[in-house]
Amino acid sequence: MDINPLVILLAAIFTNNILLVYFLGMCSYLSVSREITSSIGLGMAVFFVLTFTSGINYLIYHYILIPLDLVYLQYIIFIIVIAAFVQLTEIVIERFSPVLYYTLGIFLPLITVNCAILGVSLFMVIRQYSFIQSVAYGAGSGLGWLVAILALAGIRSRLKDKYLPRGMNNAAISLIITGIMALAFIGFSGVAIIQ
Amino acid sequence: MKKNEIFINGAFSDNPIWKQVLGICSALAVTNLMINSLVMGLGVIFTLALSSFTISLIRDYTPRRVRMMVQTLIIASYVIIVDIFLKAIYPDMSRALGPYVGLIITNCIIMGRAEAFAQKNNPFNSLIDGVAAGIGYTIVLLLIAMIRELMGFGSLFGFTILGDWWISWSIMVMAPSAFFVLGLLIWFINYRYYTKPSEEK
Repeated sequence: MDINPLVILLAAIFTNNILLVYFLGMCSYLSVSREITSSIGLGMAVFFVLTFTSGINYLIYHYILIPLDLVYLQYIIFIIVIAAFVQLTEIVIERFSPVLYYTLGIFLPLITVNCAILGVSLFMVIRQYSFIQSVAYGAGSGLGWLVAILALAGIRSRLKDKYLPRGMNNAAISLIITGIMALAFIGFSGVAIIQ
Repeated sequence: MKKNEIFINGAFSDNPIWKQVLGICSALAVTNLMINSLVMGLGVIFTLALSSFTISLIRDYTPRRVRMMVQTLIIASYVIIVDIFLKAIYPDMSRALGPYVGLIITNCIIMGRAEAFAQKNNPFNSLIDGVAAGIGYTIVLLLIAMIRELMGFGSLFGFTILGDWWISWSIMVMAPSAFFVLGLLIWFINYRYYTKPSEEK
């Protein structure tokens, strides 16, 4: 498995978008995408947490769980790492950068239960990435998630006062818009990246 | 509340997917084949019922500040059981579902039921509520999978239903169709059961 980390990063944003292809992080994607400002905040928080937790979980998995033969505990360990990292980030940001805290802080507690974070750690194990590849994959997935939620928020803010068929507000229309977006993103899989 | 009322509420009127829009991730990811959806649904019923039961059992002893962490750990332990069971008995299925078995931990349905029901009710009622919500979830999963597998492969549970004349829609196997089918399903159910004609703008 020696794929260029840059290729993994770009693929995670476009062709293998964590949300549009692997459906991860849908809950907060559907509920927080009403306004562009809050979706940027959440997207940035996801990007930040994903980049770090995929690296930390890689190190823990390969240097603690495998030598001790505790691989079956990976789910519990990963979720604890994610929760602890989120908590830690919240404390650090609150202490050192109040401005950043007001933009990212309120979204951080939401992140622990975002399945994209755990999903990236699990995919990283299944695909046997190296450390650099894992971090690139985490960062790319975070950016891809940010792109997707930003696009949906932009579309939804324009739909706000438009007429929609009865019963189609909120979830139904968001899912159909996402389907069209996913269709568009499939187009990226034809793009060859020259190494 | 009566036992059968809890059941009907959990499975249909408060259905996790079309009413509360929770747990969409796995609803979309595993529904390209019916057999995957069935296994996933059974895994969720098992985890949901037992974790609701356990959380309700210890609800008086859990400090409020750490209860999210405690709930997550309880859920994770049951998911590990499901995962080990699948790996041992159906290794092919375990490989097909990939990380989505592990992702039952962050499935919002389980946390949602724990917070909304198991925190306030006795263990037995929570168990019923968990089973009901799980069944409601499985029904939706199977419904979506039925549409996708029938149109994408012309088969159900792997048995060919539509003959050779059927040209498979490859889009139905791919990601976008999951969004379309679920979106249209939620729209239909909202239209039919949860809105009245007078609410139209």
